[in-house]
Amino acid sequence: MSLNPTILIQNLLNGLMVGGLYALIAVGYTMVYGILRLINFAFGDVMVMGIYFAYYGATLIRLSFPLAVTVSLAGTALLGIVIDRLAYKPLRNSPRISALITAIGVSFFIESFAVVFFGPNYKPFLDALENKTIAFESFVIGNVYLPKIIFIILGITAIALFILFVIVYRTKIGMAMRAISADIPTTSLMGINVDNVIGFTFAISSALAALAGVMWALRYPSFYPYTGFVPGLKAFIAAVFGGIGSIGGAVVGGILLGVIEMMIITLFPTLMQYKDAFAFIILIVILLVKPAGLLGKRTVEKV
Amino acid sequence: MSILEIEGLHVYYGAIHAIKGISFKVEPGKIVTLIGANGAGKTTTLSTIAGLIKPRRGKIIYNGQEIQGLPPHAINRMGICLVPEGRRIFPNLTVMENLMMGAYNRKDKNGVKQDLEWVFSLFPRLAERKNQLGGTLSGGEQQMLAISRGLMSRPKVMMMDEPSLGLAPILVEEVFEIIKKINKEGVTILLVEQNAVGALKISDYGYVLETGNITLEGHSKELLANEQVKKAYLGL
Repeated sequence: MSLNPTILIQNLLNGLMVGGLYALIAVGYTMVYGILRLINFAFGDVMVMGIYFAYYGATLIRLSFPLAVTVSLAGTALLGIVIDRLAYKPLRNSPRISALITAIGVSFFIESFAVVFFGPNYKPFLDALENKTIAFESFVIGNVYLPKIIFIILGITAIALFILFVIVYRTKIGMAMRAISADIPTTSLMGINVDNVIGFTFAISSALAALAGVMWALRYPSFYPYTGFVPGLKAFIAAVFGGIGSIGGAVVGGILLGVIEMMIITLFPTLMQYKDAFAFIILIVILLVKPAGLLGKRTVEKV
Repeated sequence: MSILEIEGLHVYYGAIHAIKGISFKVEPGKIVTLIGANGAGKTTTLSTIAGLIKPRRGKIIYNGQEIQGLPPHAINRMGICLVPEGRRIFPNLTVMENLMMGAYNRKDKNGVKQDLEWVFSLFPRLAERKNQLGGTLSGGEQQMLAISRGLMSRPKVMMMDEPSLGLAPILVEEVFEIIKKINKEGVTILLVEQNAVGALKISDYGYVLETGNITLEGHSKELLANEQVKKAYLGL
């Protein structure tokens, strides 16, 4: 088998980039799970709403692209808070299966909402850019073409994850988030309004998913209401792969998943059509071999 | 005026009537203890005052204000803190972070710093271990941390649920000594204990709780001498 080093490098970078985007969504899954033991299946759809908000902010309201993205992040943060308050908060003391079914319902609701309001058709995201060439420029090293946009996405992803880690591990509200993940009643005994901290968690998770969505759309510019379905599922797999509940695990799981996917189709191009299946194979294998995930701790179920 | 007054409190767990209309008072600056056997309703009483459980009927009056039904964070911010049964340390947070969780709502940086020095002087072990995760501490150290975490909110009323439970005898002595010290600083204490002798020895006033009812009350010295109490709770 002959392997073209140019394609190898390009695909490795692509894998890193896609993996970073999985990671941005996966940290949301893992943080919400860590706090509420709930898989918020709506993150893939929040991601798409982030794309729509940025797209319409730039094309309809004619905001500059950075401003449109900022508005989109704020809007999805608010959306996250609303989802929690309306859909999940009334179910805090209900059986977990109720919340899980509700999460699937929220996901369907947002998808249908987008179909009705924004239409079922594909839209060209690059219309949101004043200068579209940025999406097509490349660094050229010898005969290797490396798209600039990949480096921009990688850089922004790294900064966003860094900020997230600072929030979780170096701020007061981050400390409260970690405390809640261990013990909700005791956290409330510390004078902390637990619902506000949970709302904050939904806000930053949703904003991160939207950021991932916008960058996803910069790289794969045509989008429609179901664009978030597959990346959302893969991010969930990434979170389980890395160890659900562990933020570091979600990052590692996301990046590994992205790279593994790309490497498999680089090595076996004939398997291209089955690309999406590998993530699920990885999920099955990890659940069989190491159910707690790569960085997850085996925990005893709380009674 | 009592700092804390419970009037005709009824608490249910589903169909189970756990607290059957109890009333008692806590005077400011005192140590008041609730003693009683397992299942008498001691923990339920404290949890209800702290806001973790909503009472079906009755009043909880703190400084003249009714607080029953308020959420736990609101009650804590008013100056009532609960050091819960089983310590409930945050195992994934460092000792220092656990302490700062206690001081979460405080804005007076200097006061927090002073209180930190104070709890470290009460429990030098905690100072040595301040960067260790809470989950790695021994049972006794966790109890010290739970008490310190409570103190960091600078409470006016500190409720302690079985602070001596599961500790070595020498540590039990130490914990009771510390409770006296904290009280001397002006903190009113409502203490729940199965170790009735220890609790009555350091407290001013006591109530005996039996299956959701208060059956006896009196000055702690009197209760210590009471034949009925001696038989049932003191093992004498």
